[in-house]
This record gives sequence, C-alpha cells and structure tokens, in this order.
Amino acid sequence: MSLLGITFASAAQAEWQLNMPTGVTELSAETYGLHMMVFWWCVAIGIVVFGVMIYSLIKHRKAAGAKPAKFTHSMTAEILWTAVPVVILLIMAVPAAETMVKLEDSRDPDLTIVITGYQWRWHYKYQDEGLDFYSSLALPSLEARGKQSGIDPNTVDNYLLEVDRPVVVPVGAKVRLLVTSNDVVHSWWVPELAIKKDAVPGMVNEAWFRATETGTYRGQCTELCGRGHGYMPIVVEVVEPDAYQAWVDTRKDGAPQVAATQ
Amino acid sequence: MATAAADITDHHDDHGPAKGIGRWLFSTNHKDIGTMYLLFSLVMFFVGGAMAMVIRSELAVPGLQFVDPGFFNSMTTMHALIMVFGAVMPAFVGLANWMIPLMIGAPDMALPRMNNWSFWILPVAFGILLSTLFMPGGAPASGWTMYPPLVLQTGDAFPFLIFSVHLMGISSIMGSINVIVTIINMRAPDMSLLKMPIFVWTWLITAYLLIAVMPVLAGAVTMLLTDQFFGTSFFLAAGGGDPVMFQHIFWFFGHPEVYIMILPAFGVVSEIIPTFSRKKLFGHDSMVYAASSIAFLSFIVWAHHMFTVGMPLTGQLFFMFATMLIAVPTGVKVFNWVATMWRGSMTFETPMLFALAFVFLFTIGGFSGLMLAIQPADVQYHDTYFVVAHFHYVLVPGSIFALMAGAYYWLPKWTGYYYNETLGKLHFWMSTIFVNVTFFPMHFLGLAGMPRRIPDYSTQFADFNFIASIGAMGFGLSQLIFLLVLLTAKKGAKADDRVWEGAHGLEWTVPSPAPWHTFTTPPKNRIAEESF
Amino acid sequence: MTTHTDEHYYVPHGSHWPVVGSVGLLFLMVGISSWLNGADAAFYVFLLGLAIMVFMITGWFAEVIGESQRGLYNEQVDKSFRQGMFWFIFSEVMFFAAFFGALFYARNMSIPWLGGESNNFFTNLLLWEGFESTWPTNGPGNIGGEYQVMPPIGLPLINTALLLTSSVTVTIAHHALIADKRAQLKIFLASTFILGFIFVGLQAYEYIHAYQDLNLKLTSGIYGSTFFMLTGFHGMHVTIGAIMLMTIFFRVMKGHFTPEKHFAFEAVAWYWHFVDVVWIGLYVFVYWL
Ligand code: HEA
Ligand code: HEA
Ligand code: CUA
Ligand SMILES: [Cu+2]
Repeated sequence: MSLLGITFASAAQAEWQLNMPTGVTELSAETYGLHMMVFWWCVAIGIVVFGVMIYSLIKHRKAAGAKPAKFTHSMTAEILWTAVPVVILLIMAVPAAETMVKLEDSRDPDLTIVITGYQWRWHYKYQDEGLDFYSSLALPSLEARGKQSGIDPNTVDNYLLEVDRPVVVPVGAKVRLLVTSNDVVHSWWVPELAIKKDAVPGMVNEAWFRATETGTYRGQCTELCGRGHGYMPIVVEVVEPDAYQAWVDTRKDGAPQVAATQ
Repeated sequence: MATAAADITDHHDDHGPAKGIGRWLFSTNHKDIGTMYLLFSLVMFFVGGAMAMVIRSELAVPGLQFVDPGFFNSMTTMHALIMVFGAVMPAFVGLANWMIPLMIGAPDMALPRMNNWSFWILPVAFGILLSTLFMPGGAPASGWTMYPPLVLQTGDAFPFLIFSVHLMGISSIMGSINVIVTIINMRAPDMSLLKMPIFVWTWLITAYLLIAVMPVLAGAVTMLLTDQFFGTSFFLAAGGGDPVMFQHIFWFFGHPEVYIMILPAFGVVSEIIPTFSRKKLFGHDSMVYAASSIAFLSFIVWAHHMFTVGMPLTGQLFFMFATMLIAVPTGVKVFNWVATMWRGSMTFETPMLFALAFVFLFTIGGFSGLMLAIQPADVQYHDTYFVVAHFHYVLVPGSIFALMAGAYYWLPKWTGYYYNETLGKLHFWMSTIFVNVTFFPMHFLGLAGMPRRIPDYSTQFADFNFIASIGAMGFGLSQLIFLLVLLTAKKGAKADDRVWEGAHGLEWTVPSPAPWHTFTTPPKNRIAEESF
Repeated sequence: MTTHTDEHYYVPHGSHWPVVGSVGLLFLMVGISSWLNGADAAFYVFLLGLAIMVFMITGWFAEVIGESQRGLYNEQVDKSFRQGMFWFIFSEVMFFAAFFGALFYARNMSIPWLGGESNNFFTNLLLWEGFESTWPTNGPGNIGGEYQVMPPIGLPLINTALLLTSSVTVTIAHHALIADKRAQLKIFLASTFILGFIFVGLQAYEYIHAYQDLNLKLTSGIYGSTFFMLTGFHGMHVTIGAIMLMTIFFRVMKGHFTPEKHFAFEAVAWYWHFVDVVWIGLYVFVYWL
C-alpha cells in the first residue's frame, strides 16, 4: 500500500496526465488545493493505520512465536479514534465550505452565456451580444470515430476534444453560465475552469468563472446522455478583450458560422 | 462435541433431502436455499464480469473497435445492475441463509417457504433483464441509475427493466423480512442481542436498510413507468415535476444500497480476523454501534451523488458535512480490526489473506470516498473515472473480496473438506495484484479528465486505459481459479467440526459438513463458552 | 405429531407454491410489459399470470391455514408470522413514502423553483416566464389543460369518516374475538369490510366525477399525477385489505380462530389500520392542505 501511496504522491506532483489540473481560475486553484489537502490527510492517516497494521502482521505472527493477548476493548482507545477523525474532518470541512460559498456566488457578471445541451451538441447564446451558435464535434474526430473508419485516432489532433465552433470569452471577465437542456440531462464540464454543471431540461442552473490566463481549454459532456455522450466536447477559448470584441463583431456580421475562430 | 452430536442426530419426523430437482425447486431448507443463492450469484458474477470484459476490451485503446456506442452503454448498465442486484446482494443473502441459523442456533430460517420464493424470484427477474439484450432498441442503456428523461428513450426493453427491478425488490424485501425475523425470533434462548456474532448484527442492520429503501426504489421506477405510459409528470418540468426529483428518490435508495453491499462484508471480515488472530474481536459492542451509525447516516447523505445538479447552497453544505461524518464510524471499524490483530497470533490462510486485503483496499476506497465528499472537489471528480475507481475499490476488493473470504472460510463447513490451499493462495495473490492494476490507474484517468460511461476517449488517456484493461483481463482470468477451487472442494483433507484452530461460534460446534438439519432443538448453555 | 409441536419449530418440508408463484410472476410481468409495448394479445398472458398468482395465493394460504388448524404452529411460529407481517407493512409504508416524498418535493421544491425561487431566478425568466408558484398546479406547461381541484369536503370527508369508522369496527371485532363473542365478532367484521367496499365504490365515483366534470386526470400535471397515484395506490390497498377481511370473515364463519390464537385476524387488522393511517396522511396533504 505504501507503494501505492508513493505512486499517487509522485503522481500528484507530475503533470496533468496524472493529477487534477490547477486550472486557470482562482476557484480552480482553490479546488485543487482542497483536493491536495484532503489527499495528503488521507495519505497521512493511511501511513499511520497501515503502518500499525503491517507492524502487527510482521510481529504478531504465530510463526514468529506470538502468543495471543487477552484484551478485548479499551474505552480510551475508542474515544481517541472517534474524536481525532472528527477533528481532522473539521479541518477539512471549513475551507471546503468557504470555497463552496464562493462557487455559488454568480452575481454581477460581465458576460452571460446561456448554454443548452442537445443530443448531441451544445448550443451557446451570448445573452447581451445577441449571438448564438451550435457547437459540435469537429470533422476530423467525427470522421475517425466510426468503427470502420480506418483512421488511427492517434493521428487526429485533440481526438474527440475538438469542436467546430468554440466558445470565446475575454480573459479576466466574470462569465456567468446559465445551463439548461433541450432533451435529456447533460453536464457541462471544463476541468481547467473547475466548472461542472448539469444541464437539466426545464431547469436553469447557474455557474460562473473568471479565467486569469488566455488559452484553449477543453472539456466534455459528463452526464450520460445516450449514444453520443462521448462525442459532445466543449472548447473554451480565453482571449484578450479586444480579440474577443473582434470575434463578436465578425460573428454579428453574419460571418460564415463554420469558420474557425483563429 | 458429544452434546452437539446428540442434538443433530435428533431427527424424529424429519426426513433427508428430497431426491432430484424437487429438492431445489421446492426447498425449504436454509442450507439448500443458501447454496442456490450462492451459486446463482456466482453465475451472475461471471455474466456481469463478462460484460465488464466487453467494456474493458472496447476501452483498451482509443477508437471504436468492437461495439457500437449504444451497445457499450447497455453493457455498462447491465454490468452494474447484474453485479449489484444479481451478484453481490444475493451472495450475501446466500451467506445469511447458510450461516445465520447456524450462528444463532436456529433450526432454519423463520419463514422457510417464503425463503424459497425470495430465491426463485431472482432467476425470473434476471431472466427478464437479460432477455432485454435481444429486444428491439437494445438493452437498457441509461446507466444503472436510470435517470430520466434518458431512460425514457429506452426501446421495448423499458417496461421489462422496470418490472425486473420490481421483482428484485420483492425478492430482497422478502429475504430481508426473513433475516430480521430469524434473528429476532429464532435465537437460542441464552443468546442476547449483544452476544450475537457481528456477522449476524451487520445482517440485521442490512436487512432493515433493505426493507426501508427497496420499496422507495420500487416507487421511483413506478413513477418512471407512469411517466412513460400513462402521462404523469413526476419528472417533467412542464407539468410541475422535475427530472432531478428522480435522482433524489433514486439516491435515497442508492446510497443506503451501497452500505447494504458493504455492511455484511464488514460482518464477514469481523468473523475472520479474530479467528486467524486467535484473539477475540476488539470492541464488539462498538462495532455494533458503528454499524448502526453508518446505517443511520446512510439515510441523510444521498445527495452527495448530486453535487453538480444545482442544489441550493444549504443543501450542499448539509450533504457534504453528513457524508464526511460517515468516515468516523467506518474508521472505528477499521481501527477495531487493526486492534484485533494487534498482539494476536496470526496465521495467513486464504480467508485471512482476503480479509486483510479487504481492510487495506477498502480503506483506500473509503479515502477516495471522503475526497468525493468534498463538494468543490467533487465538482472535478464527479462522473469521471475517479468515481469509477472509488466504487470499484469499495466493491471489488471490498464486497467481492469479503465474499471470497467468507466462501473460503466456511467452505470446509459446507463441504466437510478443506479446499486446496495452494489454489486458494494463488487465487488470492492473482486477484489482489490484478485488482490494483485494473482500478488504481482509474484514479489518474479521472483526475486527468476522463468522463465515465464513454465508449471512446481522447488519446491522452490511452496508456492508463490499456493498463486497466490488461489488469481486468488478468483479474477476470484469476477468477477461474476460484472455479477450480470449487470443483476440487471435496478433494482435500477431511475437516473436523472446528475447522480452524482459532474459530469460535455455534457454527463450529456442528459437524462438517453441516448436516441437513441442525439445531432442531435450540442449543443450551453453549453461547458463553463459544463467545470466549 | 402434536406432542412435540411445542418444543419444535415447524419447518415445512418442501412446497411447490413458491415456484408456482415465480412462474405466475413471470407471466404477469412479461405479459404486462409486452402489452405496454403495444402487443395487445399479451394482455392475455398477463391475465394468465394473474390467474396463476390467484391460484398460488389461495393454495399457499389454504395450506398454511390447514397447518395452523392442525395445531402444527407453536408460539414461536406465531411470533414469526407477526413479525413478518410487521416488517411487510413497514415496507409498504416506505413505498407510500416515495410517493409522499414526490408530493412534498413538488410542492416545496420544484414548483417554487419553476416560479423562480431559491437559486432559480433564471429558470423562471428564461424558460417559464409568467409562471407563478401555486398549489395545486399542473405546471407551467399547463399539462392536461384546465382542471378543477378536488375539494376536501364532500366525498373525501365522507370517505374519511367511513374509514375511521371501519377502524373502530375492526377493533370492536377484535375485542369480541378475544372475549369469545362470536356473533358480535361476525357483525362487526362484516361491517368493516362492507365499509371498505363502500369506500372503494365512492372512490370510484369520485374518479369518474374528476374525469368527467372537473377535467382532473392522471395527466393533469404534477397535481393530477400525485393525486391519482397516491389515492390510486391507496384505493388498491383498501381493496386488497377488504378482500383479506372478507377471507377472515369466511374463516370466522367456519369456526376458525380462538381467543388466544388468531394471528391471521390480527395481521389483517394491522393492515387495515395501516391503510387507515395512510388515508389520514392523504386526506391532510392531498385534499386538505
Ligand atoms: C460498497 C460500496 C460503497 C461504499 C462502502 C462507499 C463508501 C463511501 N462513499 Fe461511495 N460510492 C459507491 C459505493 C460505495 N461508497 C458507488 C457505487 C458510487 C457511484 C454510484 C454511481 O454514480 O454509479 C459511489 C459514489 C460516491 C460519491 C459520489 C461521487 C460522484 O458521483 O461524484 C461520493 C461523494 O461523496 C461517495 C462518498 C463515499 C464516502 C464518504 C464513503 C464512506 O463510507 C467511506 C468511509 C471510509 C473511510 C474514510 C476509510 C476508513 C476510515 C478511517 C481509516 C478513519 C479515518 C479517516 C478519516 C478521518 C479521513 N461515494
Ligand atoms: C458489485 C459491483 C461491481 C463489480 C463486482 C464490478 C466489477 C468490475 N467492473 Fe464495474 N461497475 C459497477 C459495479 C461493479 N463492477 C457499477 C455500479 C458501475 C457503474 C455503472 C454505470 O455507470 O451505470 C460499474 C462500471 C464499470 C466501468 C465503467 C464503465 C463506464 O463508465 O462506461 C468499468 C470500466 O472499466 C468497470 C469494470 C469492472 C471490472 C473490470 C470488474 C471486474 O472486477 C469483474 C471481474 C469478473 C469477471 C471478469 C468474471 C469472472 C471471469 C470470467 C467470466 C472468466 C472469463 C474472463 C475473461 C474472458 C478475461 N465497471
Ligand atoms: Cu451530453 Cu453526455
Ligand atoms: Cu453514496
């Protein structure tokens, strides 16, 4: 076990292949911090519990001549190992609750996007810009995904994680997402933004983020929504404010919807 | 032993087992019914496992190779339903049938005819469920959680799914009523509640949980049925309902359900560790209180499966705190096991090995459970392979290992012979190594962003998926060793009544194999000496 | 045979009824599922399953009653039956709890949310603008069209009175049984199930009224769904309970039950009280509040 612990621990420091991404928002970093804090507590408790157990397994073997002791209970021990975990849990719970409160506060956004899930693509509507479009799996992935496609997925860039029309948002802006669905439940997830919100038909859920770094961030639908569930990725491009404005303007001019944004 | 022999040969009007198929079809004997439950669940474990192999084969490398996405979803759904309702739960009921009357000195289960019925409903239920594989529109593909509106898109399989769930529920409820009544009403006169073995205790609590939540599941799927066919609006926002309402009702059942699958496992392990440590279970009473607390808490944490569904803040806070609390009584259990081993005199036969692996690996699964309970972090984990890793750790090296441990532990009592220890150890080591190879990398996959329930994935997830698939094949093949153990179960040395050096309890006072009828009159004055 | 029944727990040796029951369930479930899928002929399969179930239940119970009359059951067996019945009723309570849960959830959660409360301002604004949270309602989509609410006074009140009275009569019957007053027992037992059947009849009348005059249907949004599912399942239970009471009545006529031993009677009485308590809940939360 301690071996496994070490793998996990070193994994934790390694790149995003192994661990949760730190992400590009204040709250994604906080979430990452919570994740690591709880993880290290578990490692610590694991080391103690498994340490004692392994010691006992070695020392108290019959083969090593151990004679069974007679004790059957101990009030002190029982109280101790009830109370100590409670304290540890409190230490975890307080910062978790703080982060949770912040996650829920989507007031005063700079920009609001209504996201609607469809089987199987996303629809985005920029509420104040009067802009809306569908976003589906990009063609190269689409062609390669079939059973007899003959195309090696390894040759497709961002296989299954590329869309025809990404969401574009300005860096530093507070973006509020209003998430809903047109048919079944979907879920909108971008790990780097630490947002996962279910898209429930007939209900609107709120989420928000404020990206601090420009870049392209990818995610997927994370609620089983039928045959195409694995094929409705999400791409968010965080760009400088003027680039964002330019993008909005071209979009408004009715530029061909298929054009990539770059 | 003399007294024991006298009790058991005391047969009067009782005849031996009937001949032929009638013995099994019409059985009212707890041992025969227990055997049927156990064999049925083994078959289901293999069927569900075969489906897992389909899943893992498809996921071994990126790209679609073998199945269509729709069929893949059916495999995931059926795998889970079969493993949960067909393998793990009936297996524990099988152990309960065999062992509870022996442990409490009862002549049989309290309601023997109903006992037969609760078993024979299962083949019907799973026959119906498996037949959906051949129906237009395919088998259910909405995940075992059956969330609407997706589940309403199921084809002809839909009503069959609903009614097979009803049947599973009826079977479980009747089985549980039998367990509770047996435990409350059929104990040997001098066995007070707090003298009961922990396995009996955990089953008492489990049965209570089952009776409390299976009807709720039945209600939930009934609402699905009427929404689909009779125009009700339970899960339709336009009519004033809410799709999320189903999730609440489902998880009100679903969360206690996961403890239904682990509490009897705790019980089995609590029997085995003292035996092979040659030391009495540490903190017997606090084990009882811990199990009861877990059961109580399990009713008020369900929405931790719904942290991303858009609940009000207060709800999320409440469910996060309540969920975290479960770590406390579960910790008490783990600590008590360790304290039982402490300064014992341990030997490592196969049951003990499985029990020890259970303690290690279940705890790891518990830790990841605690991580999932942290709501902001769960936003990142939810519906990814991190969750898949979590629950397979608590279910496979958890529930399944405890079942294996129990099977090896009581096999000599059932057959009268020691199983092949070398094969048993081989089975253990192969299983333990491969189970980690299979499920440990899934943590990384989940953290790296791989959603669950997808038939194909981005190439960056390829390496760990490949490892997991190799592990799964290895784990699956290792289970064939267990078949071999069963086939050779009567080839070993003859077992005496006690079977294991450190074993204590009434079940070890009757001959091995346990005769068809035991304790036709309740054992007297043997409880005290047995619970040393 | 009877000499050692006291010390020996009666374990029957083999019974074919459970397997018959399983076969019945198979036909029942496959039949109704196929029928729901549109295979009209499957309804006969369903009916066949039903017939097998009825055959099984009567056969099984007849066997148990026979064993009971032959004195095979000792005190402990009696206790097992009682406890079994108790837990069965508990499971029924939890089944109803699911539907009450749905009712409370709709009234306190989903409908206010659709109306924009809590963190659902945008749910109302974007999807259901103009919908105000009220109860009863058939939802923002006005599913099932305009309808009228079933008022708590009138029939439901009469039904409440009927059921409450029947709970009293069954208790009087029980006391009569214990006091070995067979005539009184018969009268009050009979009046209990007659009251039960009248209840079911009135309920049917109420349904017809709802469908024909109020346009209140199962399809009338969440109000119609919860109203008919709750009262419907309850009505089913009243029917079953009344049939059980009738069975008990015929057994009384045949001279069964003694002041000391009458598990079946008590089981049915418990069941009847349970049905009664559920009705109180229904009356308060479905009709009244
Ligand atoms: C046997 C089954 C089983 C068991 C026992 C558990 C145990 C626990 N589970 Fe798990 N769980 C599942 C089966 C199980 N789970 C399944 C099947 C799912 C997914 C369902 C689906 O979506 O399909 C799931 C999903 C699931 C989720 C939802 C994840 C998501 O979908 O986003 C959460 C979130 O809170 C959770 C939490 C927990 C916790 C806190 C425990 C706790 O009980 C664990 C407690 C144990 C320990 C913590 C270890 C031992 C303790 C100590 C050594 C003491 C000291 C420790 C500390 C103080 C930290 N589980
Ligand atoms: C008790 C419950 C239980 C058990 C025992 C298992 C056992 C296994 N599970 Fe399962 N699983 C669930 C409960 C369980 N699972 C649940 C609840 C889900 C969620 C479903 C959902 O999302 O709705 C799930 C989902 C799930 C997934 C995710 C699917 C997805 O999201 O799309 C995966 C993927 O790897 C998986 C794998 C496995 C494997 C490899 C095993 C192995 O341990 C199985 C090993 C057993 C055998 C293989 C059978 C015996 C051997 C033979 C028959 C010999 C032949 C063998 C070979 C050909 C190799 N399971
Ligand atoms: Cu959309 Cu999954
Ligand atoms: Cu849970």
